[in-house]
Parts: sequence; structure tokens; C-alpha cells
Amino acid sequence: MCASAKYNTRGPALIPRMKTKHRIYYITLFSIVLLGLIATGIFQFWPHSIESSNDWTIEKRSVHDVPVVKLPADSPIPERGDLSCRMHTCFDVYRCGFNPKNKIKVYIYSLKKYVDEYGTSVSNTISREYNELLTAISDSEFYTDDVNRACLFVPSIDVLNQNALRIKETAQALAQLSRWDRGTNHLLFNMLPGGPPDYNTALDVPRDRALLAGGGFSTWTYRQGYDVSIPVYSPLSAEVDLPERGPGPRRYFILSSQMSLHPEYRSELEALQAENGESVLILDKCTNLSDGVPAVRKRCHRNQVFDYPQVLQESTFCVVLRGARLGQAVLSDVLQAGCVPVIIADSYILPFSEVLDWKRASVVIPEEKMPEMYSILQGVPQRQIEEMQRQARWFWEAYFRSMKAIALATLQIINDRIYPYAAISYEDWNDPPAVKWSSVSNPLFLPLIPPQSQGFTAIVLTYDRVESLFRVITEVSKVPSLSKLLVVWNNQNKNPPEESLWPKIRVPLKVVRTAENKLSNRFFPYDEIETEAVLAIDDDIIMLTSDELQFGYEVWREFPDRLVGYPGRLHLWDHEMNKWKYESEWTNEVSMVLTGAAFYHKYFNYLYTYKMPGDIKNWVDAHMNCEDIAMNFLVANVTGKSVIKVTPRKKFKCPECTAIDGLSLDQTHMVERSECINKFASVFGTMPLKVVEHRADPVLYKDDFPEKLKSFPNIGSL
Amino acid sequence: MQTRKKYIFLTLLASWLLLFFFAGERLLRFTSFSERKTEAQRNWPHWTDQSLLKSFADPEELQSDGDPSVPSPRERRAAQLSIYKNSRCRMETCFDFSRCEKHGFRVFTYPRHRDQPISESYSKILTSIERSRYYTPNPEEACLFILSIDTLDRDHLSGQYIHDVDEKIQGFPLWNSGRNHLIFNLYSGTWPNYTEDLGFDIGQAILAKASFYTESFRPGFDISIPLFPKDHPQRGGERGWLYQDSVPPKKKYLLVFKGKRYLTGIGSGTRNALHHIHNGKDIISLTTCKHGKDWERHKDTRCDKDNVNYEKFDYQELLHNSTFCIVPRGRRLGSFRFLEALQAACIPVLLSDGWELPFAEAIDWGKAAVVGNEKLLLQQQTQFLWDAYFSSVDKIVHTTLEIIRDRLLQHRSRSRVLWNALPGGLLALPDFSTHLGDFPFYHLQRGSSPSKRFTAFIRVTSMEGSLSQPILRLIQAVSRSQYCAQILVLWSSEKPSPPRGKWPQTTVPLTVIQGRSKVSDRFFPYAAIQTDAVLSLDEHMSLSTSEVDFAFVVWRSFPERIVGFPAQSHFWDAEQRRWGYTSKWTNELSIVLTTAAFYHRYYHSLFTQYLPAGLRELVDGLAACEDILMNILVAAVTKLPPIKVAQRKQHKEAVPQQVGREDGDAGMPLAGEWSPSPPWSPPAKGKGTASGRHLSQQQDCLDQLVDWFGYMPLVSSQLRLDPVLFKDQVSILRKKYPLLDKP
Repeated sequence: MCASAKYNTRGPALIPRMKTKHRIYYITLFSIVLLGLIATGIFQFWPHSIESSNDWTIEKRSVHDVPVVKLPADSPIPERGDLSCRMHTCFDVYRCGFNPKNKIKVYIYSLKKYVDEYGTSVSNTISREYNELLTAISDSEFYTDDVNRACLFVPSIDVLNQNALRIKETAQALAQLSRWDRGTNHLLFNMLPGGPPDYNTALDVPRDRALLAGGGFSTWTYRQGYDVSIPVYSPLSAEVDLPERGPGPRRYFILSSQMSLHPEYRSELEALQAENGESVLILDKCTNLSDGVPAVRKRCHRNQVFDYPQVLQESTFCVVLRGARLGQAVLSDVLQAGCVPVIIADSYILPFSEVLDWKRASVVIPEEKMPEMYSILQGVPQRQIEEMQRQARWFWEAYFRSMKAIALATLQIINDRIYPYAAISYEDWNDPPAVKWSSVSNPLFLPLIPPQSQGFTAIVLTYDRVESLFRVITEVSKVPSLSKLLVVWNNQNKNPPEESLWPKIRVPLKVVRTAENKLSNRFFPYDEIETEAVLAIDDDIIMLTSDELQFGYEVWREFPDRLVGYPGRLHLWDHEMNKWKYESEWTNEVSMVLTGAAFYHKYFNYLYTYKMPGDIKNWVDAHMNCEDIAMNFLVANVTGKSVIKVTPRKKFKCPECTAIDGLSLDQTHMVERSECINKFASVFGTMPLKVVEHRADPVLYKDDFPEKLKSFPNIGSL
Repeated sequence: MQTRKKYIFLTLLASWLLLFFFAGERLLRFTSFSERKTEAQRNWPHWTDQSLLKSFADPEELQSDGDPSVPSPRERRAAQLSIYKNSRCRMETCFDFSRCEKHGFRVFTYPRHRDQPISESYSKILTSIERSRYYTPNPEEACLFILSIDTLDRDHLSGQYIHDVDEKIQGFPLWNSGRNHLIFNLYSGTWPNYTEDLGFDIGQAILAKASFYTESFRPGFDISIPLFPKDHPQRGGERGWLYQDSVPPKKKYLLVFKGKRYLTGIGSGTRNALHHIHNGKDIISLTTCKHGKDWERHKDTRCDKDNVNYEKFDYQELLHNSTFCIVPRGRRLGSFRFLEALQAACIPVLLSDGWELPFAEAIDWGKAAVVGNEKLLLQQQTQFLWDAYFSSVDKIVHTTLEIIRDRLLQHRSRSRVLWNALPGGLLALPDFSTHLGDFPFYHLQRGSSPSKRFTAFIRVTSMEGSLSQPILRLIQAVSRSQYCAQILVLWSSEKPSPPRGKWPQTTVPLTVIQGRSKVSDRFFPYAAIQTDAVLSLDEHMSLSTSEVDFAFVVWRSFPERIVGFPAQSHFWDAEQRRWGYTSKWTNELSIVLTTAAFYHRYYHSLFTQYLPAGLRELVDGLAACEDILMNILVAAVTKLPPIKVAQRKQHKEAVPQQVGREDGDAGMPLAGEWSPSPPWSPPAKGKGTASGRHLSQQQDCLDQLVDWFGYMPLVSSQLRLDPVLFKDQVSILRKKYPLLDKP
């Protein structure tokens, strides 16, 4: 009703116009219709030529609908795996070549169905997990479809579970891969190696030089630096969602959840339980479950039924015993539950042990020591247990949780070997995100006290106060350890004074002219700075005594990775305003020093100029303020250490600066500085500044001792 | 007209609808064509039926793998013992752990025989073991055995080659086919193949060998050690050459190599290839063909020119001034160059395929030995590794022993962090704790901080048997500190300690520990000490609550150092050519007396467990030596000076003694022209022979400690930390620690 009404109202207005121009209108309309029809026609017939037929067939491809390859009975079999293989002997690194991204290129063979002479298939086509793994690789940045550019080849022949294979035929299938070449640069993934009765610890399929990513290696079959030890994936991870549980004491101390343990192990575990009572819980398969309940999701102790894997979250330690194989899927479940695994499997190579530090997430106990397990675990400090619980969960999340995680970690390990200079560090592999976030790695970590003889370079930032500048130069030149003086002339409109007018001083004096009047010029890493120590000093700071400056330098030598300055400042949390506040009053604490006169390492000039996070640098230049606060933030953030305030000095008061309505100026100043702190804290994402209650004075400061014998008698005033 | 228009309109609409019906789908496909293009390239498609795929293993199969009945674990282990022997040895098959259970990790060295020649290097190794805290002269107690036969040089062309080793070792009753033995070797094999062969059967012994080839290396069993020269210092060792972190870490040369070029034979390929990179400017690669007797017979066209170039550069100069150093293999895989480069902070670039890097079980070489973008970090890392593990024979041998010890008690062994972060694995004892936060060193890396309370630890030695006024006052002052968790009194007097009721009432728990009258007891790691911080006190000490509070707050900023009140210093006595010791007031300090100092409780463990018993006996025998030893120990760990904090009035013992001291202490860093700092004493009160004897004992103590450590670990400081408003002329009401200002 409504629509027709609308149409009616619109109708009369439209028709009169059509009347006048109807011919042109019809022609246009018809031509459009005609064009449309032609276009449709083209689309109907063209696609077969422009869209690769591949695309459309792939879309509809099924794993059962792949090319069939027949393996003659006499087709070649690769040699058995070579135990002496190492990267430099069996791997062709030249295929990987120089690569600006430092990423290896991985090629995946397309899926085929292999049958023997009689047409019987060699194996199940592909398992869900192996498909997930290959999909993850093909979606990753390692993947290439160009077989000629590839450095690593992954067959699509699924060997995850040896039990599902016909060994000889699988080997033959491998050997006829197009780039097999004795298995060089080929990577096989296997999680369940061996079979009855021996249960070898590596895949039995002859594979010549191929790398093996295997779950369940022993130290005798694992080729260190060549093979990769991977976990046995637990499909339960995808089925069950176990939310992370906070670390802390749990109901049980030790839990064993594995089914079909060897009776010998079980009796040892039961002996432990008998000795230690309730805190040890030994579970087994349930015998009297009603139909329809999956046996794998339940565990029993006597008549008590527990949900698996949820019960794992109830224990501090969870036993992971070897079975017929060394690698156990239960390890993955245990880690997921944030339970600390107690690994009892002699000679087992733990998953990703090349990069993961398992001592931080697990306890490894020799089989012989099983009876002592309880006392050994009692000896683990409580704080460490909590850390291990977190670490276990983190390992699961990062490296166990999915086939994708396993695949990518494996490729990354191989990548790290080929491009070792771009390798991921120990910290990146092992530190959980929370630790990565709160920890610092100091770029100047070596405890060195630089030699005094090197001295320091003073950098004076000036605009046009020549008279004051010259006084500063004269004063600073009296400091014994000064080795060079650098004047940064920040005024583009005026030339610096003639050379003859400058004060004559005993050390080299250089003037650097800048292109723009920016505050950040003071923190530029000029090539002229040849010493480690830099003294940043304003062109009006003439009140510092020579002793004061020299002492500052000596203190800096003892703390070369910190800012060492004179007046200290503090940041405070303003509870009313709910933000940070800048404080320059007479406080008992210090968290910043002013860089109107401060010593620091030249390295921080690099950081300030090139590594300052966010837009802080531009912000400082635009506001012409807070460069010192920015420097304090930067140094504290990268070193995790506090500043050092030296000597009693609290203010830079110069005779020339008369107190022009100090109060109001002061207040706007404070507001601006507070704003800076809030801005920087949000850019850094944290408050890096450290508050301390101390300052550094000479050893004999104010001591009852003849002044003339003190090293720094004239240490200055407030 | 109107109906016709309507009709046309309808036709139009209908045809457009038709068009969309046929072409719309296609059009949509066309817009997403670019996406599909990449999809089309994938060799690995998303299968239509991937959700129907079966899992690689049945859940039941995964959770209970295999047939559990055979073989029984015990049988399997027994079978392994017989299979995995000799070249396939692992700790669990070739090492008898039971020998280490009763007495712990004890190492025995076979007695040396006069008629057995021993090379200088091997004798240093044996000395190192005998100096170690694990040494035992009793083979019954031993867990690990070291031969007295020199096995370092097994090149039978060498003069130091020992013949008939096989026969000799078979004659040792303790040999037991090499079980629990550790064999050191630097050179194996000989011309032309330089194989890994030692010329005798090592059986099941652990091999600690230089230039280890990965293929013959038994992982988790053998240990790769660095090749070190025979003049490598026994103890202490030179420090690295990086005295400062220069920025940019640019040096004169980028990459250098200077060495022999083998004309034929094994290893010649690697070094032959190096001449291409030489550009005479920042990349220097120099080789000489002069090697062996008949080099001229093999010489090639390049030799003469190379030989001339070779003489133009000094090796030491190159090492000092290069960022990277090539460490190519020689005849064997390792070379002296490796340690030389580490010491020189020249980042080693390794060209030695298949070399099992030294101590790779513990050291993360990825951090130091390859090209990284952060050269400054790498240079510092070389210095850390050099100083922690390689600078002396002691360090090399002790690292070897610690690695083996870590294998015995897996659950009490060092994680990789302990090995690869300052101060290094030798100084981080897993016996103390395996939790990183319990140590003073790793707070920054972990983003944690030490605990907020401290334990006051007061040692009482007075002969009276009752409590004197000063000690009562001290207990009261300390217990009033807001940070004090508990007070421990170590009663080291021969008289029995006063009964419970005689002790003052305090708000914090007070515990009395009965001690022996040994001084070294004061640094025993008592289980009662639960906090990270220990405030070590003497009964004669007089401190106020403010002083304690302030010092503790300072300590929390420097948990790895000693933070305390009375200080003393060492100096280089140029005339007597030795380190001197003074308790006079000077402008510097390097020792903070442990009669009133905060430090981390870990140092109690280090003092008692890391130092050999001999040093503790020395401390017990000499007066006031324990302060020096504790300070030296902490300085050796941290390489940093202690921290002195503000003190209200001078401590009694700090009243300096007037003892003559030579002038001209040029060793004091500050003694420059502008601030002469001659030694000075305020008017002496307690001048007498007693204090003189005291000082000579301390001098004696210092001499012996420097000798044991092999160098002078103490570091001087010129500063004292005071409260921010200390003695400032502002209202006392503003000050947090007003009492400190009082004279």
C-alpha cells in the first residue's frame, strides 16, 4: 500500500518529462539493456578462457579425488636414515641462498594417492592433523609454490603415525618424489614412531638424508642440530577448552592420569601413594562406565570417576611416564592444564628442546629415582612452582596447542639454523608475554667502570646568549676530566661569533650549526663526540662548581648506564585527577634529573634520536619543552634503573634570571610538565621511572675532616 | 501512452533483473578474482571434505600406547646398559650414579708419579681440580676420577705423547673400564687426517676434549672444552679488553684474519678460501705459507706475495682494532684464535663445520658468536663469556665439573638463564635455589624486585654471658624498623646464652642460634634466614632506626651489592709492589664492614659453599679478615664496589689507626694532579700495638686472598649515598630521615 502510494505521487512528475524527451530516453534505455545482455553473454562464455580451470576444480576437490600413482614392486627404496647426518653434511644450504627476509622457502608436494602393483592403497590418504599442518605451512610466510625456489620440501605423504603405514611402500613413494635427491632438504613429520615389539624411537621408514621432525626421539636416534623433536599432538586440545587457572597450590600434589602404565611403574606409583596419602592421586582406566561415555574422557580411582583432562587442573605436579614410546600425548594435556609435568622417561629428547628451556617448566626425574619423586618435588620452592605452572601453560599455548603451532615452531627452528644471525633469541622462545613485557634487557649490561682518562665531552646547546655561553665555557673548561667541548648553535638566523672572540680553553672546542632550531638537537649523536660520557649543559648553567662537575663525572663512571644529574625531580600519582603529576618541591624522593646539566652515556643519544618510541621526539620539538623528561623516560625504560642525583643542588638559579612574576610562570610550567609525563607514560604504555630516596655525595661529604684533604671540598650549595 | 510507458518500464526492469540473475553471480566472482588468483596458485588447497578426515591416531591409541607388558622397564634399562656402551655412551648407561649418592659430587685425582712426565697444561688442570670445592683425596668417596696420566696431547708425533697408555690404565684397580672417569684432551689424531682417535681405549670414560667433532661427540655425555695455550693462567686470569662500551662500536677494521694457510691436507680448503675477502682497508685477511719444514715444496703462486703482506700487520693490533674476527678451522676444528678473539671483544665468525662449540650444553653461543645487528651487545657478551668461563684454567676446569654435576641432579641444576646471564653459572649455585627470583642478580631481567623485609643478624661474642647495654639498644633500634621481619642472634660466646626472659621484648620475632666461636660462622646459610636481605650486625654497633630504614631502602635498589656503614679501602702500594689495606679515612672506599651492612642472603651460601674450606679456615685464624673476604667475594661476583650510606656518627671501629703508610699510591685512580688525596688520619684515639697487629693481620689476609683469587677483585668507589635532603638547609620537618642530620 505504502509503496504504491509513493509510486503514484512520483508518477505524474516523471511522465511529463518523458513526454518531451521520450525518444532519446528509450534509445538510451534500450542500448543499456542491449549492452547488459551482451556483457552477460560474454560472461557466460568467457570464463573458460580467463579463469584457470584449476581454480574451479580445486574448489570442488576432495582428498579422495587426487591423482593415483602406481608404485611398481621394484621401484627404488631410499637408504635407511643416516645417523651421522648434520646440517653441514646432509643439508644443502645453498638452496636457501641469501634472502633479505631471512626466511626459508618451503614447498609442499601436491597430494597423490599411492597404490601398489595390485592397486591396493599404500596408506590412508591423509589425516586431519597432517592436513592442518600442511595448511598451516601453506598459509605461512614460509610457503612457496615455486619448486625451484624452495629450500625445504615437505611431502604430502602422511607419516604422522607409523602404525598406519606400509613401511616399504611408503619409502618407495618418498623416493619417487620429483626433487627427492636422496632426501636432501626434505622434512618429514612423525609423531608416533616405531611399532611392536621394539618400538623404535624414530620413524622406521627408510628416508636417507631427510630431516625428521619426530615425537619421541631418544638421545640415540636424535641427530642433534639436524632433527627436530616435536610434541605428540593431543586432539583433546581442540575438543576441550580448559581456561587458564591462576598459579598456586592445588588439591593434589602429584597426579598420575595415564592409562595402561606398565605394572612395574604402577606399583611404584602406588607405593608413593601409600606413603604420602591423599596428596598423591593415581588414576586409571574406568572399568564400569555406562555405554556412550567416551572412555578417554574419564579416569577412575577405585570407584571415584574423574573428568579428564579437567582433573589435571587439580594437581600441582602431573606425572608423564614413558609408555612403549617415549613421547606421550598426555604431556600436551598436562601443559594445557597448567600442571607442572614430572617427566620420567630416560633418554627422551623433550619437544623443541633445541630452543625451549624445559627446566623452567618441568621436572625431569630419572626412572631409577621414581621412589624418591615425592621428596624431590617437595624440594622445589613454592615460588618456582608457580612460575613453572605459568611457564607450562605458556609452552602449551605457544607450541603445543595446534598442529599449526607445532608446524611453525618446527620451521622456525630450521630457519634459525640456516639464518643464525636472524635467529629468535632464548628470551623470545621462552619468556611468557607477561615476563617479556615487564623485563628489561639493558643494552649496557656489562659491569664496566670506564677508565677515568677518557674524560667527557660537554655539549652546550645555545641560541644567542653569547655572553652567558662564554661564561659557561670558561667554567666548564676548569673541570679536569673535560676532554672536548661541543657548542650546538641552534640559531639559524645568526652566525656564531668569530673564532677569535671565543674563550681560550685547554681542550678542543667545536661549534656545530644546526639546520633547525629544535630541542632534540641537544641529544643528537654527533660524530664529534668521541668519549663515552656526555655532559649535557645549558648555556646559562654557571653556578656549578668545578668540583661538583668533576664529582658528577666520577659518579657517572660508577653508573655508566644511568642519567647522573644535579637537581632531581619527581613524578607523583594525583589521586584526585587520576593522572601523573610533576613535582619539583623539596621532596625526599627523586625519579628524574634535569638535563640542564647531566652526565650520560653517548649510546642514549642514539636511542633518543633513532629509537624514541612513538611521536615523542616530534612532540618535544613542537612544544619546545620536556626533552629532559623524555630522556629520563627513555633511559629508565631501557635499563630498568633509576637516575642518580648528585650533590645537594636543588635548583639551577642563575644570577641573570631575575624572578619575573615567578609564580604564574611556574604554574603553567608545572602544568605543561605534568602533561608531558602523562603523554609519555601513555606512549611507553607503562611508567618506567623509578623512584629512589638517595643521592650521591663524596665519601667524606660533611664529615668532620680537614676540607683541604677532601677530593671534592667545594661541592656547591643548594 | 501511459500504459505503453508502463509496459516498457516493466520490460526494462525485467531485463535488468534477468541480467543480474545470470551475470550477478559471475560479476561477484569477477570482483573477488584477484583473491582467487593467489588461491589458485596454492599447491595445498582447502579440501572440500577436510572436516571428514580422520585423526592420525585413535584417542585410545594415543592415551595408552603400545603393549605395556614387554619388556619391563627394568629389563629394558638392563638391556640398554649392554647395548649402549663406549661410542654410544650416555650418562644413564655409562655412568654409575650410585657412587655420587652418599658423599655427593666428589672428585678424586690419581696420585702423581715422579717418573711420569706431565705437561704444564695438564698439571694446571690437576691443580684446578685439587683447588676445587669438589676435590677429595679419598677414592672411596669419589664420584668422578681423573687420571694422572697426561692425555692432553695424543698426537704421536708430538714430544709430549705418552706411550702405552692402554697398558697403564688397565693396571689401575679403579679404572673399571673407564666408568666415572673424566679424560681431558686438547689434541687428538695426527697428520694427515687428524682423526678423533686418542690412541687408547677410553671405554666408558667421559671425554672433555677440544676441537670436538659433532659426529663423535656423545651428547649429554662428553664435553667440548676450548683449546687453551700452555701459558693460560691457572687462576684469576686477565680481564677482557673491552674497557668501555664505545659507541658506535666501530673499530678500525671490520673483519680480520691472520694465520697460516695450509697448502695441502685437511683444513686447507677453509683457509685457502679466505684471501678473496682481503681488501687492505677494513677487511684484512693475511695468510702465510711458511709452515712446517718443506712448505716451499708445496708453495703456490700466491705464497710469496701473501708472505710479504703477512709481515705488514701485527696480530695483536688487528685483534684490538677489529669488530669481527674470523675463526677458521685449522688442522683440527678448534683453534687458539677462538679464545683470543673472545678476550679481545672481537666477535668470532666461525668457519669450522661440525665443531661442537665449547660448553655448548650450557652456553648459548647464538648470543655471542654470530653476526647480529647489535654489535655492542655481542661485544659485551664475548666479555661476559670470557670472564665467566674461559679466562683461566680454573674456570675451564670448574665449568667442566659443574656441567657434569648438573647432570647428576637434573632437578637441581642450572637453567640456561643461570649459565647465560651475569654473573655466570659458576657463581650461581643451584644448591641454593633453582628459582631465579631467589638470587640477587636476575631481578631486572624478570621484572621483579627483592622482598620488602629484612632479617637482622647479630653476632654476639662477648665474654660476659649477659646482655650489655649496647646490644639491648641495638636490638631495640633495629626492631623498630618498619622493614624488619625478624632478629636472629648468633650466640658465639663460650658462655651459655641468657635465658629467654632476659632478652628484650620486641615486636618482631627474636631467635637465638647457638654458634661456635668461629668467625666464618657468621656467614653460614642458616635456614632461619627467610628474607632476601640480611642486616649483618656486631654487638658493638650503634645504629638508629632511621639509618637502618634508609640503608635498607638503598639496598633494595642495589640488591647484588653490600650496602653498609663503616668503610675501608685498598690501594696499590707501588713501593712494595703489592696491594695495601687501610682503615684510614680516605676519599675512596672498596670495603664495607659486615659489622653493619645489608647484603643478599645468597652471599651466605656462596661464602659457605663456593669458597673452599681453606679460605674459611684462614678467616677463622686472622682477625677482621672475614670482612675482606666477604667484600672480595661479592666484588668478584658483581665486579662493582660496595655502597656506603649516610651514617649519623662514626662507628667505633672506624676510628682510624695511625699506621705508617707509604706515600705515592699511584694505584689509586683518583690520585691525579688536581685532587691529591694523601692518606690522612684524624687524631688517633686507640693508637696502640694491638691495632697495629690487627692491621698487619689484615694485610696478611688481603695478600692471601688476592693470591687465591689470582687477581684483586675489589673495586673502589668515591661516593656515598645520602638521603635526598641530607644536611640540606631546609626545615627538618620536610625531611624523611631527620635523625641522620644530627651531629
